[in-house]
Amino acid sequence: MTKEEKYTLAKWAMQHALDNGASQASVTIAESKSSNVDVREKKIDTLKEAIQRSMTIRLFVDNKYSVQRTNRINKEELARFIEQGIEATKYLAEDEFRTLPDPELYFKGNGDDLKTLDSSYDNIEPETKVKLAFDAEKEALNKDERIISVTASYSDSMSSKIMVTSNGFEGDTQNSYFNISASVSVDGGDARPGDNWRESAVFFDKLKKDEVGNKALDRAIKKIGQEKIKSGKYSMIIENRSVGRIFYPLISALDGYNIQQQNSFLIDKLGEQVASKKLTLTDDPFIVGGRGSKLFDDEGLAAKKRVVFDKGVLGTYFIDTYYAKKLEMDPTTGDTSNLIFETGDKNLEGLIKEMNNGILVTGFNGGNTNGTTGDFSYGIDGFLVENGKIIKPVSEMNITGNMKDLWTSLAEVGNDPRPDSSWRTPSLLFKNVDFSGI
Amino acid sequence: MNINRRKFLKASGATVAGGVLLPSFLHSCQTTPLAENVMAYLEHFEVNMEILEKVVSTALSKGGDYADLYFEHKLFNSLGLEDGKVNRAYSNIDYGVGIRVLKGDQTGFAYSETITPEAMLKAARTAANIASGTKNIPAAELNEAIPPDYYAIDKSWEDVRVKDKIPHVQKLNDKIFSLDERVSKVNVFMTDETSYVMFYNSEGTFTYDYRPMTSLGAVCVMEKDGQLENSYSARSFRKGFEFLNEELVNEIAKEAVDRTAILFDATKPKAGEMPVVMGAGGSGILLHEAIGHTFEADFNRKGTSIFADKMGKHVAENFVNIIDDGTLPGNRGSINMDDEGIPSEKTYLVKDGILNSYIHDRISAKHYNVSPTGNGRRESFRHVPLPRMRATYMETGPHTKDDIISNVKNGIYVDNFSNGEVKIGAGDFTFFVKSGYLIENGKLTQPIKDINIIGNGPQALADITMCAQDYLIDNGTWTCGKSGQSVPVTCGLPTVLVKKLTVGGTNA
Repeated sequence: MTKEEKYTLAKWAMQHALDNGASQASVTIAESKSSNVDVREKKIDTLKEAIQRSMTIRLFVDNKYSVQRTNRINKEELARFIEQGIEATKYLAEDEFRTLPDPELYFKGNGDDLKTLDSSYDNIEPETKVKLAFDAEKEALNKDERIISVTASYSDSMSSKIMVTSNGFEGDTQNSYFNISASVSVDGGDARPGDNWRESAVFFDKLKKDEVGNKALDRAIKKIGQEKIKSGKYSMIIENRSVGRIFYPLISALDGYNIQQQNSFLIDKLGEQVASKKLTLTDDPFIVGGRGSKLFDDEGLAAKKRVVFDKGVLGTYFIDTYYAKKLEMDPTTGDTSNLIFETGDKNLEGLIKEMNNGILVTGFNGGNTNGTTGDFSYGIDGFLVENGKIIKPVSEMNITGNMKDLWTSLAEVGNDPRPDSSWRTPSLLFKNVDFSGI
Repeated sequence: MNINRRKFLKASGATVAGGVLLPSFLHSCQTTPLAENVMAYLEHFEVNMEILEKVVSTALSKGGDYADLYFEHKLFNSLGLEDGKVNRAYSNIDYGVGIRVLKGDQTGFAYSETITPEAMLKAARTAANIASGTKNIPAAELNEAIPPDYYAIDKSWEDVRVKDKIPHVQKLNDKIFSLDERVSKVNVFMTDETSYVMFYNSEGTFTYDYRPMTSLGAVCVMEKDGQLENSYSARSFRKGFEFLNEELVNEIAKEAVDRTAILFDATKPKAGEMPVVMGAGGSGILLHEAIGHTFEADFNRKGTSIFADKMGKHVAENFVNIIDDGTLPGNRGSINMDDEGIPSEKTYLVKDGILNSYIHDRISAKHYNVSPTGNGRRESFRHVPLPRMRATYMETGPHTKDDIISNVKNGIYVDNFSNGEVKIGAGDFTFFVKSGYLIENGKLTQPIKDINIIGNGPQALADITMCAQDYLIDNGTWTCGKSGQSVPVTCGLPTVLVKKLTVGGTNA
């Protein structure tokens, strides 16, 4: 389907909804393509290709609301699907807060191109993809006698979306993403520790295509001899690629749904100091070529650059139209875009020296945060650091505490944000974290 | 082979979004002879045997040694209650066919959301590329394999109107508010799902399955002296509309309130190693994380599991029997057949303390030259099957719950969990405890909350030193994630003592 055909079909579906009892409607058609190749032992292990398409219709019927989604996209079925959806919606309770956004807040089009799509996506030959996976495998294979298994993968995806709403929004997005990764597991005596490495990019040309297999191997080898150490309060560095596990609960606490449903530990905290002065974070949707870049959000609201934390002071919540109405606040957006930390001047090695004694966390294992209270507990593995040097690998330990205390104890921000993801997390140093071990 | 599991054929006058899509001929078919069922499924997916054979033949055109076609039509509905009203609904229709080709351990896979001969042949040619040789079509005789039905239902979700579900959702909210005046927020969700699966492979196996699934649950937030706490309770089964009743609503409401109320008095234990008593039921997460995943044969085939060389070895006390079972009636983890057309079964993973079987799919069973165990599962037609668990539980042992608790001087008792994870090779597993109690001098004392527990699989299995007789399956909404695929599972356990695990907590 061409973009124009999708717009035509979406507008037809929207009109059909309006003609059959909906007072408002929005229609989205999403399409994606992906391919994936896994290799091991110099053979292709799995080869996958996929194309999918679906239509999602948000129906507003007499102040009642439902969402209908299907991948059966032909007009005859859609017509009955929409009619049935409207009938079912009528049985629900009225919800005065449920409407499409204020059209004033919609993105109106400004000709900007944030370059989120690699237009060469379809030109990459299957042979090239397979070779990249084999190249990653080759970097590790037979490089160390302790290797048990090496798996390497190449994957890519391209997605597109068009959306129309009955109060005037029209917009479309296109995104691409390319990945090369490798996992290595090694014989470490009783245990078989493993680790992985991944490179990702929005553009195929910018994808780093080497040092994937050997990094995975190096990380796995360094884990040999993991053991737990004594329980206690330690300083903690979390490596950039693992920060997401403790960063997610902080961002989740800013979500309109969680605020309104009392599932947040940051209710009524706008403008207050809730974290260390080292935490300055911006949500920036306008980075050209950024993984999370966008001109408008899932509702069509025009994107804006926002300061989320300014030296630890909370600057914004992420609130969509519905929860803004319930909370009697102005909507911002329901989704984050690119989250950018104000970085410090030290790389990971520098942070380790500054910490001097403590634990470098390089991976998480399970755990959770209680959204309401901020209490958390997570399994970790990583390395013991003494006198600024890595001494030995540790595992089978937990960190436990409260998110408010943890982010208040943030002592240093690394200069190594991950550029290939939408949440550009750098390595972070925290003080006084409760570890449980022996 | 007369079967009576074609209740969906009676679905008349579609009542929920999606139901309308069933071809009209299905509405009039009331009889159940096998041949008619086969015809009904073929017609449901608008194909015939000739097309299926042609697609399989194309899939094997480059020399693959096995191919299968997995057709799926899934109708999903959910209702949500927030701030006292059932004010949101979601429906999804998903339809398509996955085409897989195997060449030894290698897999080629593609799918199509359009089930036309042209689209299927295109996907078959893509999947065929895993092999690079000449056509090698094994002779196959059609074999219609219809396994027993472990989830017969009284009333299909396709016969249920939205308005008949809403009162149950509302009642759960109202019941929770009525139980405790400290309740400040309640979120209720109710889901129902109906899947039609049709399977055909290059060995000539033709089979099908009708899979119902439903769940009801609530998140409860309570406020006491300015302090907020929340918890959650849910039930899920492969059942029809008969699932919803007052008893169920009362059970969930009470559990949601009890689980939240206890948190106001709860603290964190001291950090470190200690004995852990796992209460009957949801503690089965221990088996799922510590043992189940590491028994999945794909990891063992690749040598990456810590259990890779332990088959036939003593791994636990003699009273330890661990089972992965796809045959429990109406259970969320049950499957009549797996997603490779293989009948489900009750599989002993550990028998009398000895590692007895891995969890197999077709590829790993062939690799190990054993019978498949019916564990080849996939999230949908968009995914390749992998060895996955079903209902994983442990049989009863020789002790009593009281014996076990009184045996512990300083430790913890845990019985309410939210999630877990495992590192397959290192064997380190974790589970997150929502609530439990300290054990001091053989007695339950101070409530505890929100802590992670971490251990090592083989060590924890060997450290199960006591096991009670109060075996219980937990019927919560357990969902297992692996390689980006989610499948429904359950778990269960009698009360057991694990001699030593590392417990998250505070340090002086």
